[in-house]
Amino acid sequence: MSLQLLTYIFVGITFIVYIGIAIWSRASSTQEFYIAGAHVPPLANGLATAADWMSAASFISMAGIVSYMGRDGSVYLMGWTGGYVLLALMIAPYLRDFGKFTVPDFIGDRYYSQLARMVAVVCAIFVSFTYVAGQMRGVGVVFSRFLEVDINLGVLIGMTIVFFYAVLGGMKGITYTQVAQYCVLIFAYMVPAVFISILMTGNVIPQIGFGSELNESMGGGYLLDRLDGLHQELGFAAYTAGVRSSLDVLFITAALIMGTAGLPHVIIRFFTVPSVRAARKSAGYALFFIAILYTTAPAIAAFARTNLINTVNNAVYTEMPVWFRTWENINLITFDDKNGDGRIQYVADPDINELNVDRDIIVLANPEIAQLPNWVIALIAAGGLAAALSTAAGLLLVISTSISHDLLKRNLMPNISEKQELKFARIAIFFAVCIAGYFGINPPGFVAQVVAFAFGLAASSFFPAIVLGIFSVRMNKEGAVSGMIAGIVFTATYIIYFKFINPAADTAENWWFGISPEGIGTVGMLLNFIISVVVCRFTPAPPQDVVDMVLDIRVPGKPS
Amino acid sequence: MREDDNKYWQENIRILKILLGIWFVVSFLMSVIFVDQLDVIRIGGFKFGFWMAQQGSIYVYVILIFVYLKMMDNLNHKYHHEEKDILAEEKSDQAS
Repeated sequence: MSLQLLTYIFVGITFIVYIGIAIWSRASSTQEFYIAGAHVPPLANGLATAADWMSAASFISMAGIVSYMGRDGSVYLMGWTGGYVLLALMIAPYLRDFGKFTVPDFIGDRYYSQLARMVAVVCAIFVSFTYVAGQMRGVGVVFSRFLEVDINLGVLIGMTIVFFYAVLGGMKGITYTQVAQYCVLIFAYMVPAVFISILMTGNVIPQIGFGSELNESMGGGYLLDRLDGLHQELGFAAYTAGVRSSLDVLFITAALIMGTAGLPHVIIRFFTVPSVRAARKSAGYALFFIAILYTTAPAIAAFARTNLINTVNNAVYTEMPVWFRTWENINLITFDDKNGDGRIQYVADPDINELNVDRDIIVLANPEIAQLPNWVIALIAAGGLAAALSTAAGLLLVISTSISHDLLKRNLMPNISEKQELKFARIAIFFAVCIAGYFGINPPGFVAQVVAFAFGLAASSFFPAIVLGIFSVRMNKEGAVSGMIAGIVFTATYIIYFKFINPAADTAENWWFGISPEGIGTVGMLLNFIISVVVCRFTPAPPQDVVDMVLDIRVPGKPS
Repeated sequence: MREDDNKYWQENIRILKILLGIWFVVSFLMSVIFVDQLDVIRIGGFKFGFWMAQQGSIYVYVILIFVYLKMMDNLNHKYHHEEKDILAEEKSDQAS
C-alpha cells in the first residue's frame, strides 16, 4: 500500500474515534462542561493530562531540539516534567479541595478582589492563545507534508474536528478524546524509537539503547562516545557536554518548571477528579505517562543525530536518498554547494557548512532516514495530529471558561442562568477556535518567541500567587496583586525588549547577569514573591472568611 | 479541632520539605551545577551527570509523586481524614 493511502487510513480512523467519543460524551450542565462533573477517574485523568500537556512541540520538535543542543537540551526535558512535582505537592490537591471551576476562580476568591480575578483572566487568555496558535500550525504542517493537502485546508480540517468535540462535550468530551489521543500519540512515538534502537544497538528499550554499544555492522563502541567523536571531528562541541552557562541553564529550567506548575490548562485538569487523593494520584499517573515520551526523546535525539551525520557528511549530493529530496522540496532541508565538489559538507563552521536541516525533521523524517516500513511513517502523522489537537482542545476550553465563567458569570453578568452560561461557553469556544485557526493559517512571525512568554508569564504571575495563597494565611490582596503586576511587567518588559524591540542585542553579553529571555521568568517569579511578602506586611490582614477558607483547603475532606 | 489541624499541617509541611529537598538536589545540583563533576563516573555508555540531566531526574520526579501519595495516605489515616470515594460508592449503588 502506498504511504499516502496508509496515512489517510490511519488519520481517518483516529478522527472517526474522536468524533464518536464526542457524540457519546455530550455535556448538559456547566459542571460537566467546565470540569467533566468532577467524575473523571485518576487513571483517565492522568492519560488526559499527559495528552493535554504534550503538544505539537513535544511530539514534533523536542527530540530535534535536544538533538541540536546535546546536553543543554535537558532544560526542556527537566523543565517540562519537573513542574509536575510542584503541581502534585503544592498546588493540585489544595485547588481540588477548593472545588471551583477555574484558576481565576481561586485567585479572585482567595484574594477577595475583582482586580485580582481580572489580572488572572487576562493572563490565562493571553497564555492560552499564545500556545494554541502553535498547535494549529502543527496540524497544518502535518497535513501538508503527509497528506499533501494545502496547509490552510489542513488547519480548517483540524479546526472542524476540535470544534466538534469541544463545543459538544466541553471538558467531558475533551477528557475522553484526550485519553484516546494519548494512546495514539505514544504508540506513534514509541514504535519508530524501538525499531531504531534495535537497528542501531540491538536493544529493545530506547532509554537503555542510547547508552549501549553500537551493533557490529555500525562499527561497535558506545553510541554516545561515537557521537561525541563525530561532533568533535566536525568542529561541534561534544554532544554530552554543555555549551550554555550553568547559571543560564539553571534559570531556564526553573522558569519552565514554575511555568508548567502555573499553566491554567494543566491546573484545571485536576478539578475534574472526584477527590483530593485522586488529584495527587492522577498527577503521578500523568507524569508517568509523560515520562515515557520524555525519556524516549533524548534517545531518539542521539540515534537521529548519529544517523544524520553518518548519512549526509561528505556524501555525494546526487546520490542522496528520496527523503532528502522530499524535505528539500518544502525547504526544511537546504543545501548550498559552496566549494563546488558535489559533496555535502556538514560542519560547525558557518563559512564552510553547506547543509541546513530543520530540527522538526528529526522526528518527522526519522523513520524514513532509518528506512522503516511505510506504516510506521503513516503512524507519525496520526500521532502528530493527536498531540496537536489534544493540546489545542485543552487550551480552547481555558479560553472559553475564562470568558463565560470568570468574566461574565463571576464579574459582569452575575445573574445569568446556568443554561445561558453554558450557551456563552459554547459561543466563546466557537470564537476561540476561529481565532486559533486564523493564527494557524496566518501565523504571526513570532510564534517561537512567544513560547518564552507563555512560560515566563505563568511563572511570574500564577505560580507565586497560588502558592502564597495556600501556604501563607496572612497573604492579602494588596500583596498578591502588586506581586503579580510587578512580576508580569518585569518579565514582559525584558522579553519584549530582547525579542521584539532590539532582537540584535539578544546575546549573552547584553543579558542581565547572563540570564536569557527564556530564563527571566525565574527572576520575575522571585520578584513577585518578594514584593508580595513585603507589601503584605504593611497592609491589613485578609478577612476572617478568607482565613477560614485557606485553613479548610489545607485539610482534605472538610467542606469549604 | 483547630489544634489537630495545626499539627496535621505541620507534618504535611515536613513531608513537603523532605521531598522538595530531594527534588531540588536532583534537578538543580546534580543535573546542572555539578553535572561536570558527576560526568567522571560512568554507567555503561552514559556519563552519570549527562544521564541525570536527560533521564535520571525524570525517573526521580515520578517516584517522588508516588512516595508523596503514600506518605499523605499514611498521614490522613493517622488523623482520620478519610475521604469518601464518590466513584466507588456510585458503582456499588448501581450494583445494588
